[in-house]
Amino acid sequence: MKTKRVSYFEASARTRVAALVDEGSFTEFCPPELRMTSPHLARLDAPVGFDDGVVVGRASVGGRPVLLAAQEGKFNGGAVGEVHGAKIRGLLERALRDRPAAVLLLVDSGGVRLHEANAGLIAISEIMRAVLAVQAAGIPVIALVGGSCGAFGGMGIVTRLCDEVIMSEEGRLGLSGPEVIETVKGVGEFDSRDRSLVWRVTGGKLRRALGEATALVDDDASSFREAVVGCLDRSSAGRDALDELELLQAAQQRLQQRRERFADTRDGLEVWRSTGFPDPQAVPMLTADAFNAQLAALHAEVQS
Amino acid sequence: MSDVTVFERLFGAGHGVEVRGHFVRGNAEVAGRPVAVIGTWNSAAVDGDLALAVSGAILDVVAEDAKSAAEPRPIVFIADTEGQELSRREELLGLNGCFAHVARCVDLARRRGHPILTLIHGRAVSGGFLAFGMLAERVCALPGAQVRVMDLRAMSRVTKIALDRLEGLAKESPVFAPGADNYWRMGAVDELWPEGSDDWDKRLAGALDAALSGPRADRRAVIGAERGGRTLAAKVAATVLEA
Repeated sequence: MKTKRVSYFEASARTRVAALVDEGSFTEFCPPELRMTSPHLARLDAPVGFDDGVVVGRASVGGRPVLLAAQEGKFNGGAVGEVHGAKIRGLLERALRDRPAAVLLLVDSGGVRLHEANAGLIAISEIMRAVLAVQAAGIPVIALVGGSCGAFGGMGIVTRLCDEVIMSEEGRLGLSGPEVIETVKGVGEFDSRDRSLVWRVTGGKLRRALGEATALVDDDASSFREAVVGCLDRSSAGRDALDELELLQAAQQRLQQRRERFADTRDGLEVWRSTGFPDPQAVPMLTADAFNAQLAALHAEVQS
Repeated sequence: MSDVTVFERLFGAGHGVEVRGHFVRGNAEVAGRPVAVIGTWNSAAVDGDLALAVSGAILDVVAEDAKSAAEPRPIVFIADTEGQELSRREELLGLNGCFAHVARCVDLARRRGHPILTLIHGRAVSGGFLAFGMLAERVCALPGAQVRVMDLRAMSRVTKIALDRLEGLAKESPVFAPGADNYWRMGAVDELWPEGSDDWDKRLAGALDAALSGPRADRRAVIGAERGGRTLAAKVAATVLEA
């Protein structure tokens, strides 16, 4: 079956969902007809959305049942407010009851919505606890990052809590956005207008090289879908019952070693160079397949 | 207030809590019960090294108690942070991932039976607070504690909403303005210790009892609704659950 290429980066949240799931399988919880808008945006005369910038529902992917949330980056930068955050948390709580094969988080967010900053911050803390509870119940949580807002602020933390992180080169993952760093620390620290630098510091290829993203795919919704199917196949194979304390102690060591290894590094180029990519300058131009092939050949992946 | 004064008021004279740079670590007793104390100090901008110091300390406490088969000690977090460190290097190395790792360690400690309590001393801002302090069973704001994402002037610049308008609205709504009391109304702070109070040891013992006997589930949205500060979160989540 040959389908038309859909740019994940440019697609809306609903288009991404439609391209990702089995045809006709999606049922939305709290659809726009319910008009769940943010009273806090309204009070500040800011535009409201009938879904408050996030689509939540159930579907199947490759025949397996999933629950999913898709943030709409074009609405307030996908930022998390009270209603938006509560929809995602409600979905995660539902996962504890419905026990889907996985929960998918289609992250496209700058983090907390400032118009309701306290509610947004608390909501993200609640989402963090809910993700951890879902994982403790043995249900994997998969993050997809490939939208125009990336995954920043608290949603950058939530993304790194997930069992799998599927990214495109265009997707960006971090904590503080380049604009924030530039505003506070100056353009010398981080020039947010230098787009290639921004991608080398936060983009999918760097995250994959560091082992933070578990898959790098092209900016194509069907590539994201394939990667999700792969994750579902892997997780249904079951996990080894490893000691959690030992796993976290090992993760602690890896994170410490990474900070020593890349002590003076401020550009992804240096990571690609020291990881052994044959032509570091050319890495940003590689297709996902070519990048993945080089990375596999290196066997030098820094796990995280 | 110096660290010596704060820790003596909380833990009495014989405690073993020390500050090294921005990192707080040590053991103490609360009403005769041994507790582990871990935290950040002096408005720390939390970078990867500090985050990993916190996570490492949590893992040590879990490992020690597992080894000695002792009853899991309560962990008392001290939160004093101006937020995450802002730098290109921290972004490159994935500071968000370090914070997620800290959160995993907190969650493991909780599931291994360590009650978790946070004391906000000084400031609790944004990412630095999200990383660990906010994940506790019970959060107490010491006198003068500030809790916020962003101050109103910065918020006015970013949202392009006039400062006096924001200041006016902040009086009616706890939803965006800085303040430990706002976080109390929204269910994310459990106790506001009053200005001038000098019975911190008793208050801490009471808070620990509450953390020990309270539910382990996340009830913040329900409490926020009861206090009238966050009326939608619990309702919306329930709607998704029942849809």
